[in-house]
Amino acid sequence: MNFRIKKLDSKQFLLLITIGLFLVMYLIGIMVFQDKNFGKLQVFLNLFISNAGLIVAATGMTMVIITGGIDISVGSVIAMTCMLLAWMMEIKGMNAILALIIVLVVGLVYGLVQGWLIAYLKIQPFIVTLAGLFFARGMTAVISTDMISIKNELFLTWANAKIYFPFGGAVNRKGVMVYPYLYPSVLLALITLVLFFVILKYTKFGRSVYAVGGNEQSALMMGVNIRRIKLKVYAVNGVLGTFAGFLFSLNTCAGFVEQAKGFEMEAIASSVIGGALLSGGVGNVFGSLFGVLIKGTIETFITFQGTLSSWWTKITIAVLLAFFIILQSVLTSRKVKHS
Amino acid sequence: MSKMRYIAGRIMGYRLFLPLLCLAIVLLVNVVKTPSFFEITIRNGVLYGYIVDIMNRSSELVILSIGMTLVVAASGGTDISVGAVSAVSGAVAIFILGGGQTSTDFYHAPYLLGFLAAIAVGALLGAWNGFLVAKMKIQPMVATLILYTAGRGIAQLITEGQILYLRVDHFKQLGGFIPGIPLPTPVFVAILCILVTLLLLKKTALGMYIQTVGINSKAARLVGLNSTRIKFLTYAFCGLCSGIAGMIITSRVYSIDANNAGLNIELDAILAVALGGNNLGGGRFSLLGSVIGAVTIQALTTTLYAMKVSADQLYVYKAVVVILIVALQSAELKRMLKNLRVRVAVQTGKEVA
Repeated sequence: MNFRIKKLDSKQFLLLITIGLFLVMYLIGIMVFQDKNFGKLQVFLNLFISNAGLIVAATGMTMVIITGGIDISVGSVIAMTCMLLAWMMEIKGMNAILALIIVLVVGLVYGLVQGWLIAYLKIQPFIVTLAGLFFARGMTAVISTDMISIKNELFLTWANAKIYFPFGGAVNRKGVMVYPYLYPSVLLALITLVLFFVILKYTKFGRSVYAVGGNEQSALMMGVNIRRIKLKVYAVNGVLGTFAGFLFSLNTCAGFVEQAKGFEMEAIASSVIGGALLSGGVGNVFGSLFGVLIKGTIETFITFQGTLSSWWTKITIAVLLAFFIILQSVLTSRKVKHS
Repeated sequence: MSKMRYIAGRIMGYRLFLPLLCLAIVLLVNVVKTPSFFEITIRNGVLYGYIVDIMNRSSELVILSIGMTLVVAASGGTDISVGAVSAVSGAVAIFILGGGQTSTDFYHAPYLLGFLAAIAVGALLGAWNGFLVAKMKIQPMVATLILYTAGRGIAQLITEGQILYLRVDHFKQLGGFIPGIPLPTPVFVAILCILVTLLLLKKTALGMYIQTVGINSKAARLVGLNSTRIKFLTYAFCGLCSGIAGMIITSRVYSIDANNAGLNIELDAILAVALGGNNLGGGRFSLLGSVIGAVTIQALTTTLYAMKVSADQLYVYKAVVVILIVALQSAELKRMLKNLRVRVAVQTGKEVA
């Protein structure tokens, strides 16, 4: 038997810390809130249910960050998607499937425009997506300044279809056996995540994305068409943004102007906590999944605790961010010294 | 003819030409659309009018864009926490002056104490950003993301999630009018900030240092500049500016709403720097350019309000204008157009032949 022990490099080390931190936080939660059933499978599944949209958005964000860019328009795009879906189905009486397709096409166009400006006109991603943020939020208000609730039957079937687990049930207060469940949105989000993990790791496109982010000059020398790769990344990210918006709307079933404000920063924070470096070239979509889960766990903590105010979520996430960012900086600077 | 072209070239080559042109276009739209735009009237001994309003409303943005310009110039990155830091500063000021009560109509502490505390907190938070960027070598956007996330949480912690009111006439003066002076106070504060910063930059070598560090941080260190300290100082200064802006923002509404005070103003501040013709990658910078950028943004906002565009829909126009202006300044676009022109010329040349 020949065991080869791979030496951990700093990237894997960061991912391990993120996963470890999540597990530790969850175990602490189970111990502290024993009486409130924190350890129940459903509580864990709720992390995914309430963050399905964020998982998809963070996947797209991680990909963009790997190229060395940033997308701060995602929150507004989600708001626009929700509003567009609600408007098309409720006011225009459109079919839910058609509405979904239109929304995804809008996302593609949105991504293409942003990508073209970034890749071909070489305007900073921050400024382009900032304009994107303004535009999408404004368009949401142009479509309607009032809240529109979605009552489309097909849409509501999608939103409320529970997928029950065949095991792990518990008897509730009324004496009825209740099995843990998931919504289809979670499955869609996880499929997207796995798909992009495979794309980034095993396809030519995926490797080019890492190459562009790592060092544009070297990527160019290797014959990578930097502009086209960037354009593709932002286009795909646009589609993912609207898809995240669709998943988000399955949770809220409504469109309104103020929706998903600050969502982009949650996605960026998840990616960073998950080990993506904003200088590009480093990142992993599974890491960002754990970033999302950590954020979800903090929120669950605060709900379970009951007396803590909502602003502690922000402060705790910021403290975690600070911890991870400083850790990353220390690790990368150590690596530089070694080499 | 060639002399005309030469002069035109000189004017167009002037660094502030594009920013000024943008501002002029925005203002010109009003000549057609809202003829009353440039009227200034006197009511109750103070000046009223759209122009005064633009100057007044753009003050905090001008102050923030000063700090942002230096940060961008020295570190090639942006400080996205300025809005949140303003909220914290405002919260601290009102908490100290109002004694932590939800609504009061007298000072619980001397005004100067509250004012200095607010600015000190701003500078302190800026120093934290500076420490992360300069000392820990973290990318500016990531480093300031921490306070962007935490800032409003901290402000809410101070105000306990409530809106605190401070109904003292003296407190309203910073964001309003000082009796007997016809111009709004924020305009004076903004001008004072610009002058002090300009003096610091031009009368000492500081401006040159910041540029050098921004162009090449390592080379700057090799010629004996303390790059770390200069970057650190720009962030601390940016925090200080946020503190002052926070005071004006809270004074305007004599209250602090931790969730909404200075919301999204960091985006406008970064935009102001970009509109001012500054490269967001660092290096050469123009403080006045940023100031013009900030005024342009406010002029655009006021113009659209005057044209009865609703506050929420305003963003669509803003986005289009931003992309147009930035695309116009993009070197790539110029190259593309030049290539196109050459291609067209070649084509027509062939046809003639």
